[in-house]
Amino acid sequence: MEAVALRSTAEPEPPRTATLAPPSASAQPTTGRTRRWLRLHHGEFRAALIGLASLILFVTLWQYLTANRVTLYVRFLNIPTPMDVVGRAVIALHNPVFGDHVLISCRRILFGFLLAGGVAVPLGLLMGRYHLLREIAFPICEVLRPIPAIAWVPMAIMLWPTNEGSIIFITFLGSFFPILINTLQGMVQVDPVLVRAARCLGAREVAVFREVYLPASLPQIFTGLTVGMGVAWVSLIAAEMISGQFGIGYFTWEAYSLVQYPDIALGMITIGLLGLGSSFAIRLIGRLVMPWAASR
Amino acid sequence: MPEPSRGLIEVRDFCLRYESMEGAVEAVSNTSLTVQPGEFISIIGPSGCGKSTLLNALAGFLTPSSGRVTVDGEAILGPSADRGMIFQQYSLFPWKTVRENVEFGLKMKGLRRGERERQARTLLGLAGLTPFENHYPDRLSGGMKQRVGIVRALATGPRILLLDEPFGALDAQTRLIMQQILTNMWQRLKISVLFVTHDIDEAIFLSDRVYVMTARPGSIKAEIVVPLPRPRQPALTLSSEFLGLRRGLMSLIREESIRAMGGEVSAEAMKGLAIDVEGQDLAALL
Repeated sequence: MEAVALRSTAEPEPPRTATLAPPSASAQPTTGRTRRWLRLHHGEFRAALIGLASLILFVTLWQYLTANRVTLYVRFLNIPTPMDVVGRAVIALHNPVFGDHVLISCRRILFGFLLAGGVAVPLGLLMGRYHLLREIAFPICEVLRPIPAIAWVPMAIMLWPTNEGSIIFITFLGSFFPILINTLQGMVQVDPVLVRAARCLGAREVAVFREVYLPASLPQIFTGLTVGMGVAWVSLIAAEMISGQFGIGYFTWEAYSLVQYPDIALGMITIGLLGLGSSFAIRLIGRLVMPWAASR
Repeated sequence: MPEPSRGLIEVRDFCLRYESMEGAVEAVSNTSLTVQPGEFISIIGPSGCGKSTLLNALAGFLTPSSGRVTVDGEAILGPSADRGMIFQQYSLFPWKTVRENVEFGLKMKGLRRGERERQARTLLGLAGLTPFENHYPDRLSGGMKQRVGIVRALATGPRILLLDEPFGALDAQTRLIMQQILTNMWQRLKISVLFVTHDIDEAIFLSDRVYVMTARPGSIKAEIVVPLPRPRQPALTLSSEFLGLRRGLMSLIREESIRAMGGEVSAEAMKGLAIDVEGQDLAALL
């Protein structure tokens, strides 16, 4: 106590009138903090700058190859230039049909993916907990898993009364297995000492499931969701190209049929951006659901 | 201080066998021990002697093959918040903050959120952990995690506390501090404690009595009363009484540790083998 009292008297208030004095202790933190923030985040800045430069280089190379119609072995003869694509994008953005294509694809992804998550996550959790269920369901999963979703297209068309239904089914299948397998993996990796600790604190079966198994598996579940979302897009675009009437995959394929070459690139870039956006959304949700993992 | 009336642990002729390809294996055989209400008892023995097995039976994770294990005369049917347990591995829930971890047992009891929070805050305050109540466990040091673990186990008001080498993973300094903290909590709560360790000093420093177990199949080899006065200070470990107890326990455990490793290398057997290592007798080298 005495030491604290002594120090507080030894450090008088900074003089307020001395304008020419070196910056007082109260003014320093703001600039000091900014500088420190810059120093600590130096690496991120560098990465962002290099990333931007690399993207610009990529577009420049694209422009060079297409504007000069370079033909080595690969032919850039009919490939649209970046400016062609930008021009088409401006037109497409003013055309409601393009927006519909994008919206329809997004809706299919949303339904297929949510359905897959809604079935695969609970099934994976239960399979991880109850051996009997795992023994029954696992062989079926292992047989069906290696079949790519696209190979299901003819079967899906026969199974479902509507075209829409079969496309959503393909999307569902694509994301189902990555989510299921990862959820199961998460359950297997749950630290048994945490389960024992919960039981010693009075947790019964349902509580152990809700309070231990589920949160312990969440990181793996989100890995599954991220992978599943990627595969969902792959499956969707393929299904749309084969049997679609709408959707961004259909738009891209149709552009080829109609010799609208800039639209091919526009469709591809749109698919890329949609995929990027959806995996970002999953990461964001993951961070909100698992605040303990974000603090690391 | 009123004498504690609950927390009597009785183990009578406890045996634990399990099946293996070689037939039935006996992990623990004919073990009997008693912990009086409010006593601090340690079990010490070579690794693999079944001391953790005994503790797991008391926690309710294992059923004895034969014999009886009771707390206050009641048979143990399964895990319960009546019997708190601390594990060597850190067992805080990583997805819960320190306070939420402490609240867990109260939540399982069905207490309302507000009441839970109030009780958890009080306990964390007593343990000096208030500044960390909103931290996630991965930001805590090992000693701090075990401290929270002890508070969490005590929050539900258990009759007995079972500790399975709780400080085994901590460095020597932290270990001493944790021993002090545990003794303080125990003296305030007067709860029965059964403490499993392989550290002789720790066992003597903490306990009223120490049970020494034999190598596998484990059974009680000896019971040592520790007559040292409380409260005990770290300097006590240098006193002649302490060192005397330590010497006695060491020789008891050494015998069992050697047995657990498959027996001592006898000089006679070595001479019989008559192996020469660069002209020297191997027995002489050993």
